[in-house]
Amino acid sequence: MDGMDAGMGKLFEYAPAPENPAAAGEIAASQGMFVDGEFAPAADGRVFGTLNPATEEQLAEVALGGEADVDRAVRAARAALPSWAALPGAERAKYLFRIARILQERSRELAVLETLDNGKPIRESRDVDLPLVAQHFFYHAGWADKLAYACPGRSPQSDRSGPDPRPVGVCGQIIPWNFPLMMLAWKVAPALACGNTVVLKPAETTPLTALRFAEVCRQAGLPRGVVNIVTGDGGTGAALAGHPDLDKVAFTGSTEVGREIARTLAGTGRRLSLELGGKGANIVFDDAPLDQAIEGIVDGIFFNQGQVCCAGSRLLVQESVEEEVLTALRRRMATLRVGDPLDKNTDVGAVNSAAQLARIEELAAAGEAEGAERWTDAGCELPRQGYWFAPTLFTGVGQSARIVREEVFGPVLAVQTFRTPDEAVQKANNTPYGLSAGVWTSDGARALDVSGRLRAGVVWANTFNRFDAASPFGGFKESGYGREGGRQGLKEYLSV
Amino acid sequence: MSRSGTNPRAVPREPFATDAELRRFLHGLPGVDAVGLAARAAALGTRSIKTTAKAFALDLAVSMIDLTTLEGADTPGKVRSLCGKARLPDPSDPQCPRPAAVCVYPDLAATAKRALAGTGVKVAAVATAFPSGRADLDVRLADARAAVAAGADEVDMVIDRGAFLAGRYLEVFEQIRRVREAVAPQAHLKVILETGELLTYDAVRRASWLAMLAGADFIKTSTGKTGVNATPPVTLLMLQAVRDFREATGRQVGVKPAGGIRTAKDALKYLVLVNETAGDDWLSPEWFRFGASSLLNDLLMQRQKMATGAYSGPDYVTVD
Repeated sequence: MDGMDAGMGKLFEYAPAPENPAAAGEIAASQGMFVDGEFAPAADGRVFGTLNPATEEQLAEVALGGEADVDRAVRAARAALPSWAALPGAERAKYLFRIARILQERSRELAVLETLDNGKPIRESRDVDLPLVAQHFFYHAGWADKLAYACPGRSPQSDRSGPDPRPVGVCGQIIPWNFPLMMLAWKVAPALACGNTVVLKPAETTPLTALRFAEVCRQAGLPRGVVNIVTGDGGTGAALAGHPDLDKVAFTGSTEVGREIARTLAGTGRRLSLELGGKGANIVFDDAPLDQAIEGIVDGIFFNQGQVCCAGSRLLVQESVEEEVLTALRRRMATLRVGDPLDKNTDVGAVNSAAQLARIEELAAAGEAEGAERWTDAGCELPRQGYWFAPTLFTGVGQSARIVREEVFGPVLAVQTFRTPDEAVQKANNTPYGLSAGVWTSDGARALDVSGRLRAGVVWANTFNRFDAASPFGGFKESGYGREGGRQGLKEYLSV
Repeated sequence: MSRSGTNPRAVPREPFATDAELRRFLHGLPGVDAVGLAARAAALGTRSIKTTAKAFALDLAVSMIDLTTLEGADTPGKVRSLCGKARLPDPSDPQCPRPAAVCVYPDLAATAKRALAGTGVKVAAVATAFPSGRADLDVRLADARAAVAAGADEVDMVIDRGAFLAGRYLEVFEQIRRVREAVAPQAHLKVILETGELLTYDAVRRASWLAMLAGADFIKTSTGKTGVNATPPVTLLMLQAVRDFREATGRQVGVKPAGGIRTAKDALKYLVLVNETAGDDWLSPEWFRFGASSLLNDLLMQRQKMATGAYSGPDYVTVD
């Protein structure tokens, strides 16, 4: 940039505006898992630590669940199933509404706790995660007494076993660390609405909000055993996924682990839904609303530090506006505020773990090694302590580059160009994944045409990373199967 | 940054021969997605401005005010009183910055000029058959000339929204150019788009570029006389327009949201929009103004609160 672009934020610097960490409530130094309505240590007494990734300080020590703990939790869920499933839908709805309201009432506490354990900016946990978490419970509370209408073509009267489709049974649910409470809501709310009981295993690096949710369940008077939360590591997850007394397993996480779970469940007759990785293409046509497209690109890849399965990690920009878009994008990236996740003005927080940071660094290095041009804003200063990665842009990237083929799960955007709509669609679809895509154009006909040809579970037009409990979410190809949210998502938890 | 000759946004050279020529350019500007624009403005509205940043922003906002009275009932006495306020905004704090200008009808410009002598506070006069703009061009030009003759340093004109919405872009362009000829170089020209009557964001972007191409020194949202005045999304859009215009032409144009901005909290949100859209170069009264009246007292109360730690109440600021 030359002298004309005199800069941003040098005159008017925002003073620190930190959220009070004490708003997270007391974080017990040692926390047990939640089985059959009680908090308890692991049967063998093992524990693990969970860190604040922005400071690397330990927040708490948490019970490390083993096979015995998983088994106890599954048995509790099995025991709770008959009476929970037999409750009229309207009665189950009352519990869900109550949970949703408590989540709203305690949203500040939960948002701060989420930010502490995950590293995401408080602005996002406060304005995105928590509102969506509550919405998911409200939405599914509304379905609980209308399940007979959830399956098209199936009238309430035609079911001899009663007016409602039946629940699947006991569900094992394994969730990732990028949206700990939101992923919990996506799994638990529909399962409960449909009359299932659950054993949920939160991610190793982010167990705290799930355990706080267990308190919410108690506060709501949820019958014991309906929701069980077993904390632990990958071994705990594997034990849960392989437990023979489950009726269904739902997993959100990496494609690699998803494959393993699919192998474990093959031939068992147990149901499985998988929501896995992605390599979303954000396609910007030359007639796009450019200022909003820039915002969409930024939201697409830097939201939650890019640790989003549906991130728009590939930018496909029409050649005729490439320079204009990249200039504007770099200017916008220079305004991103990276740092203390608890500061209310932070846009990009900490990467969740040392392991994830190493993965991002490895792939970014591969991008450079493969000849792509790497750009980060020269003024972007990263804190010394904690796990950080500056928002990064790669240009001159070929379709064969690892940063185009592989999911980085970090704030790294690979930019490619195209000349025609066909080329854009071809490049966008040329990936083993198929979770999300974005189309930016002022031409409605083009938006409809292109989005219909994209093989992705979600296609956003002139927006990105928008979520709603009423909208089904899920993938094509290696991004998994099954849907979460909306009427489609209910079917995963109903036996019809 | 440099703009290459193949740039799709290359600005056409004057003089424009036809409406079609202007139309091709204005309608070739990138469209605006209304939902995305509103979302961005709302997101910036959540910035938390505290302590030193707040103190800086409150003073800056005070210095950017065009302290305005545009009532049929205005009298010389009322205008002199307002000018006294501009001269000494907070009698309890001589360090308090003065507003940028006092904005009045042309017939009161001379009164304001005398009352503000030696203060550095400018006199702005609304002209060209404000607020509707519905008069013969000759009448509007005479109005503008009279304002300058009476000592106005700045003239706030209104565009012909009827002609603009009918697609008679060249006519609007010529009118702005003529008004500018009538007031320059003695006075700066602020062009009021009356965004509340343009209705779509696409139209606001086009009107912004049209006014800038025709020589506006400032583009201003509103007269304050219609139902919808300045809003954060519309101001954000106009900030994008001045930023892009300077990139394309090298000429910097100011922005003035007007009408409906009453609280310090609102003003700070607007300053955040400036800060994160156009940047440091627009963060001065030379390039950004608030058209407001009651805003000043709220800013003063916030300043007092920062100084003393307590809210003093409305009787500790002067009501003029």
